Amino acid sequence: MSQLSASVMKKIDLELEKYPLDQKRSAVMAALQFVQAEKGWLSDDSISLVANYLDLPEIAVMEVATFYNMYDLKPVGKYKISICTNISCALRGVDEMVNHIQKSLNIKFNQVSDNGRFCLKESECMGNCDAAPMITINNEKMYEKLTPESFDRLIKELK
Amino acid sequence: MPDEILAPEQIQKKVFPLCLRTKDLKNPASLATYLSIGGYQAITKILKEQISPQQLIDEIKLSGLRGRGGAGFPTGLKWSFMPKDIKGDKYIVCNSDEGEPGTFKDRDIIRYNPHQIIEGMLIGAYIMGANRGYNYIHGEIWQEYLSFHEATREARKAGYLGNKILKSDFNFDLHAVHGYGAYICGEETALIESIEGKKGQPRFKPPFPATHGIYGRPTNVNNTETYASIPWIINHGGQAFSDLGVANAGGTKIFSVSGHVNKPGNYEIEMGMPFSELLELAGGVWKGRELKAVIPGGPSTALVPAESIMQATMDYDGLAKIGSSLGAGSLIVMDQTTCMVQTLKRLSYFFYEESCGQCTPCREGTGWVYRVIKRIVDGQGRSEDLALLKDVSNKISGRTICALGDAAAVPVLSFIKHFENEFQYFIQHKKSMMGQQNA
Repeated sequence: MSQLSASVMKKIDLELEKYPLDQKRSAVMAALQFVQAEKGWLSDDSISLVANYLDLPEIAVMEVATFYNMYDLKPVGKYKISICTNISCALRGVDEMVNHIQKSLNIKFNQVSDNGRFCLKESECMGNCDAAPMITINNEKMYEKLTPESFDRLIKELK
Repeated sequence: MPDEILAPEQIQKKVFPLCLRTKDLKNPASLATYLSIGGYQAITKILKEQISPQQLIDEIKLSGLRGRGGAGFPTGLKWSFMPKDIKGDKYIVCNSDEGEPGTFKDRDIIRYNPHQIIEGMLIGAYIMGANRGYNYIHGEIWQEYLSFHEATREARKAGYLGNKILKSDFNFDLHAVHGYGAYICGEETALIESIEGKKGQPRFKPPFPATHGIYGRPTNVNNTETYASIPWIINHGGQAFSDLGVANAGGTKIFSVSGHVNKPGNYEIEMGMPFSELLELAGGVWKGRELKAVIPGGPSTALVPAESIMQATMDYDGLAKIGSSLGAGSLIVMDQTTCMVQTLKRLSYFFYEESCGQCTPCREGTGWVYRVIKRIVDGQGRSEDLALLKDVSNKISGRTICALGDAAAVPVLSFIKHFENEFQYFIQHKKSMMGQQNA
C-alpha cells in the first residue's frame, strides 16, 4: 500500500488544528478533499490511507465519501465539469447548454471523454443562481453566465 | 379604524445595504475596509464596558431579528436557550451551507463582508459563553471558503480572534470548514453531524443542540445573514433595526432574485417592501414578458401565482397572507412561457436526490413523486396521477425527523393547487400546454 503524500499529510495536520485533539474524525471531509484534489478521484486505496491517518474504521471514511456528491469514487478525467441543472439555471436555458457541452465533448453525463480529459456531471444548486447557467471545474473554479461561445473558448484554453 | 394595516402602495421601503454595506468599496473583504466603516467597534465597546450578555440579548430581542436561514425563529430568544452554567467547551456555528435552490445571499456576505460575520459571531460567542466557532460553508462555493479562511487569519493576527481578545479575558476562536455537496447539511443537526466528520443525517430532537450539539456539547447554529446583522444592531440599537422593517419582521433582508428577470442578483432592502418594487429593482420580467408565478423563499416555500404576489409585501406576515412564506428570501421568478409540469419535475428530482435516506416516508416518497411526475412529462400520465401525487406528498409531510420531507411536499401541492389545469392538460394531451419551450 502506498502512502499519503507529504503535502496532503501536512494539510491534514493543519486541518486537525481546527478541532479538539480527541476529535480527529472531524477532519475527514477536508482530508478526502485534499486527496481528491491531488489524485483526481478517491480510490479504495486512498480511502484506506485517510482512515489509517485519522485512526478511523475504513467504513466511516467510505460513508462520508459516498454521502457527499462532490467526492468522486471513479476517475473523472483531467477536468471534471459539473453543471447545475436546478430550477434557476433551468429557467435560464441550462438544457441548451447541456446539449451543447455533450455534443462538443461527445460525452453524456457521468462519462469520461475518449482522450481522458473531460467528464460531465450533473449538479444540484451551487448557490450561484444569478450567474446561471454556470459550471465548476474540478470543484474549485466557477465559470459563470455561460454561452456556447464562452464554453468553447474555455475548452480551447484548457486544452 | 381598528386595524391600521397599510396598503402596499402606502409603505415606503427602500434599498438598505446593511450586511452588504462594503460591497461597493475598494477591497471590500479586507480588514482595513471593514475597520474604515466602523468595523469591530461593537465588540470593542462590549468588551471595554463589560456590557452584560442579558442586556445584549434584550437589545437583540427588541430588534425583532429573526433567523434568516428560513425558519424565522426570533434570534434573541434562541440565544437565551444556551445554558449558562455548564463548564467546558461551548460552540457556535455559522450556517453558510446555502443549498436551497435560488439562494445565494450568504455567498455575497462572505465574498464582500466576511469581517461583519466574524464580528457578529464574536458578539454571539460573548453572549452565549462560547469558546469555539465554525463557519460551515457550502462546498460548491470554494473560493468563498478560501477567502473566509483568509479573513479569519487576518482577524486572528489583529487580535480579534484567539485568546484574550482585545486584551480582555474573552477567548474565542473561529474556523472555516466546508461541506462537499449535500443539501441536507443546511439542517442544523445534519450540519453538526457533518462537522463531526459523519454523513449529514439529521438528529432526532430533543435533545436540542443548545444542550447536546457538536461532540455532545452546548451548540448554537445561526444563519450567516443573522450573524452579519448583529453588529449593526449593537451599534445602532434594537429599536433602530426594528424600525427599518415592519411588524413581526424587524430590519433588512437580502433577497436573492433569480430566474426570468432582467437583473438577477441580491437586493438588500428594508423588510416590507412591496414585491412589485423588488421586481422593478431586479429589472422586471425579462424579454418584456408577463409574470406567471413566483417561489418567494426557495422551493421549500409555496409557489404563488402572479396576481397574489403582486399584491404582497416582502416580510413574514405579508407572504403568509398569500399562503406562502419568506423562507431564505430566495425569489425564483417565472414568466408566462414557463411549463409548470416540467419545472416541478426538476424540483422533485432535487428533493429525491437530496433526501438523506434516513426516514422511509421521505426516502421512498420523494422517489415516488419524482417518478410519477416524470411519467407525466414522458407522456405516460394517468388520470389518477394528480390524486396520487397529493396523497404521497401528504404522507411524507409531518412524518419525518427533519423538515426536508415537509419541504419536498410543498412544491408538489402548491404547483398542482395553482396550475392544476396545466397538469391535466399534460396528462390528457401528452404534451405541455406551453408548447415546446423547455422549462
